[in-house]
Amino acid sequence: MPYLSPSTPELQRPVSNTFIVTSILVALFLNALPWEGLWLALRPDFVALVMLYWCTHAPLRVGIGLSWAAGMLADVADSSLFGQHALAYTLLAFGGVVLHRRLQMFDLREQTTQVLGIFAVTYAVYALVHWQVSGYMMWSYLLGCLTSTLLWAPLSIMFRAMRQARVERE
Amino acid sequence: MANPQTFQFFNRGPSPAARLVFFVVLSLLLMFVDARYRYLESARNALSMLVAPIQQLATMPGKLLHQAGEFFVTQHGLVEENSKLLQQHGHDAAQLSLLQSMQQENQQLRNLLALPQRSEFSAQPVEILYAERDIFKRKLLVNKGEDAQVKIGRVVMDDMGIVGQVTRVYPRTSEITLITEKDHAVPVQIVRNGLRTIVFGAGDTSQLSLRYMPISSDIQNGDVLVTSGIDGVYPPGIPVAKVVKIERDAAYPFARISCLPLAGVDRNRQLLILSDLPPLPAKPPEELSPGAGMDAKTGGDD
Repeated sequence: MPYLSPSTPELQRPVSNTFIVTSILVALFLNALPWEGLWLALRPDFVALVMLYWCTHAPLRVGIGLSWAAGMLADVADSSLFGQHALAYTLLAFGGVVLHRRLQMFDLREQTTQVLGIFAVTYAVYALVHWQVSGYMMWSYLLGCLTSTLLWAPLSIMFRAMRQARVERE
Repeated sequence: MANPQTFQFFNRGPSPAARLVFFVVLSLLLMFVDARYRYLESARNALSMLVAPIQQLATMPGKLLHQAGEFFVTQHGLVEENSKLLQQHGHDAAQLSLLQSMQQENQQLRNLLALPQRSEFSAQPVEILYAERDIFKRKLLVNKGEDAQVKIGRVVMDDMGIVGQVTRVYPRTSEITLITEKDHAVPVQIVRNGLRTIVFGAGDTSQLSLRYMPISSDIQNGDVLVTSGIDGVYPPGIPVAKVVKIERDAAYPFARISCLPLAGVDRNRQLLILSDLPPLPAKPPEELSPGAGMDAKTGGDD
């Protein structure tokens, strides 16, 4: 399995801006699909996933500022409090930027365990803010943390293949 | 760089920690302002113009599926549905004629008693775009907004009963908070005996609860609650909920009463937004207690 090996050895071309922006927009689109009931609880947070991917794979291009902006868009889309997603994504991006060297040394299985921690903090912060503001918890919300983590490996493989395809095309 | 000690080859701007602190503080500030004062609605509207196309696009798969389903409806099904609707229509028409005669009678009685007439209100049909996008909230997004003169505070109902209230209006869409949202209150009356009370949303389930009802109060399973119209927000006489469970525990001063909403929010896509509700007569000015005349400037802070 070539994909399970650490991703550092090969030199990769810089990612195009179009790719980054498109991936964030697609993530917003996936989040906005009409999920309901249990599916809504199980819905992975695609925006958080994509932001974490870029924060760890292109930390000089995508960082805390852009994640915060994506969080503001997510706040408007979800009609949550202004800054609620933004705060969670800021912490997520910080985790990604700080840990990006360590993550790149790991293979996908080890990465997944690390990523679970980052997502757990992100979800906990979001839930905590909600609990502070409105006074009750929805424990099923935290399920999304697990599904997001499970999507980390497929997403990494897919994005890597897409970047590879672009290099071969040129 | 003037100081060789801090010379940097690659200037990458502020460190991640500094950025983290900056954006965390910014987010906390925004949350505080938004939760406390709601100053940011115009910024939200502006940003919603950016997100709206994505949201519109995201409702497309569902719509397409719906349309495809409609396309493949069999004639047998249509005939069956049509006969069912005709039956329902006959039934409703009989009820309606009864209602009309009752209304006339009611108006005459009100005339005799010199009470103000109950006036009509108009309703605007809207379609649900999303049901509860945030797992924490009981909210809906519908397809009419400022462009269709939807206003904050309007009452929303379907053919069965009250659904909720408009709580936020965007240029093309508006947000409806369901009556099952945590602590959302509706003043109601029990049809059977006219007992007035207030029904609250439970928040974590799709139920409602009647709080602060003494154990001895006359409530039975299956009682229907209708709006009492006392607050001036909800018009009187619209069905709201049905009592499903009563726990009378002598250890507590109040009975625990759960109700289920009558409106079928998850069953249909169309809702009605009520408008042109008759305004209540102005409240009489509150009597000032002696010596409170100096506080007139702090009195009207609602």
